[in-house]
Amino acid sequence: MSGFRTLLYKEILRFWKVLVQTVGAPVLTALLYLLIFSHVLEEHVQVYPGVTYTAFLMPGLIMMSVLQNAFANSSSSLIQSKITGNIVFVLLPPLSYMEFFLAYLLAALIRGFTVGLGVLLVGLFFADIELRHPLWILAFALTSGAVFACVGIIAGIWANQFDHLAGVQNFVIMPLTFLSGVFYSIHSLPPFWQSVSHFNPVFYMIDGFRYGFFGQGDVNPWLGLAVISPFVVLLAGVTLMMLKSGYKLRH
Amino acid sequence: MSPAVRLRGLEKHFPRVHALRGIDLDIEQGEFFALLGPNGAGKTTLISILAGLTRASAGSVEIMGFDVTAHYRDARRALGVVPQELVYDPFFTVRETLRLQSGYFGLRHNDDWIDELLANLGLGDKANTYTRQLSGGMKRRVLVAQALVHKPPVIVLDEPTAGVDVELRQSLWTFIRHLNKQGHTIVLTTHYLDEAEMLCERVAMLQEGRIVALDRTANLLHAGAERRLLLDLVASELPDFLKPRLKGREGNHYVLDLPDFGDLEGILAQLRGAGITIRDLALRQADLEEVFLKVMHGGRP
Repeated sequence: MSGFRTLLYKEILRFWKVLVQTVGAPVLTALLYLLIFSHVLEEHVQVYPGVTYTAFLMPGLIMMSVLQNAFANSSSSLIQSKITGNIVFVLLPPLSYMEFFLAYLLAALIRGFTVGLGVLLVGLFFADIELRHPLWILAFALTSGAVFACVGIIAGIWANQFDHLAGVQNFVIMPLTFLSGVFYSIHSLPPFWQSVSHFNPVFYMIDGFRYGFFGQGDVNPWLGLAVISPFVVLLAGVTLMMLKSGYKLRH
Repeated sequence: MSPAVRLRGLEKHFPRVHALRGIDLDIEQGEFFALLGPNGAGKTTLISILAGLTRASAGSVEIMGFDVTAHYRDARRALGVVPQELVYDPFFTVRETLRLQSGYFGLRHNDDWIDELLANLGLGDKANTYTRQLSGGMKRRVLVAQALVHKPPVIVLDEPTAGVDVELRQSLWTFIRHLNKQGHTIVLTTHYLDEAEMLCERVAMLQEGRIVALDRTANLLHAGAERRLLLDLVASELPDFLKPRLKGREGNHYVLDLPDFGDLEGILAQLRGAGITIRDLALRQADLEEVFLKVMHGGRP
């Protein structure tokens, strides 16, 4: 397992060395969303009784940051290694595909959680945030983060150039997260769009995560977990199969 | 004792290229072996298969008796590869790079050996420099060090001296020879045939995915040897006893066939006896480059 530990350490060190870009920048972006949306909507929107709009917004922003950065970490690390060719440094040693998978998965989660924690800490200056059900918070952060970490590994292996990755980012990750109810409750949507939202797995991630903070959400958190868990299993399975077959890594 | 490298019926098909067409080869432990061939002959494909970077379409590959797919962990531990491309990870310093590489092989406290590698490769003062800040030659040295962190019994160098200055080349070969003397098996591909000739005991020549010559370097040189004596004489013409050897003229020199350099003494004695003065004399024998070109153009060595 020492090979796995080293690879995990290397993946963490990689983003830790450029913390300003990998953690500072996304925290700043989340802060800007927070300032702008809460300024515009604080007086006009109240989603749950007793919860200000700014407080409502926080969990969504945290979760969005966790997801986007989990994706960004595994995908960008892999594409950079492939394009510069230094991926051979991890292909030559006796690492199993499982070690490879777990190292990239965990590093992505750690990056996502670091950013999420950063957003939470900054957010504490702007809103009173409760942590009613920490276990739900953790359960949704872990499962949802794992889904996006896997998507990042898959995209990083599949992509041949940075453009491909930007495509996934812009046409899959961004719409799914922005239309998931980060900034609003889907109950405020017309019935048609409410139903559409139920087909977006990210909606359950945000909603369940938010439930952990306020003890209320749009759907039951057990349902959310039941929707997300198969995605974890499916995507982890696909990722492992790709790594085992050596798809695009070993000819 | 299992061979360091054992290839049997090795085939590799790429979508459009049949890169390797049935390679059988044993490289014994402790050998200094050269794999030669023009671009596209399959050298790098073969090395990639040894390293597990590419999977064979057919046939078997063993490193120190370990199959590269069934026992990939043991096979990879037994192998150190210096890749042809000048790759590096810009996020890390030289020491970090070598520590990480050690860790991937399960070696956690490897700094003594890392220091030895750094010293031997002239990288001692670059340990804390970021790899992205190094010159090409220095990056190459780091790649060599990376391939050696786990003291692999078999070391593969894929054109390690391409674009490298003379000084590094010399120090690199001194170090690699030292490793070879300690018992490491060295497999080398290079475009510099003089290097292969100087260093390697045995040579395989690859062409279009097949081995077209495989022998000890000395035998190849000897078999391909057109040994010649070049003579410039103070005489109107070549004495009769030398006429059967005459192959042609180059300027003032007669080019004479001399398969056995031991005959030289007799020839000189006869010339002296005939009162013929020698103005200039040179001996010439084929080098690996000539043998290589001959083989590549279809001749047997």
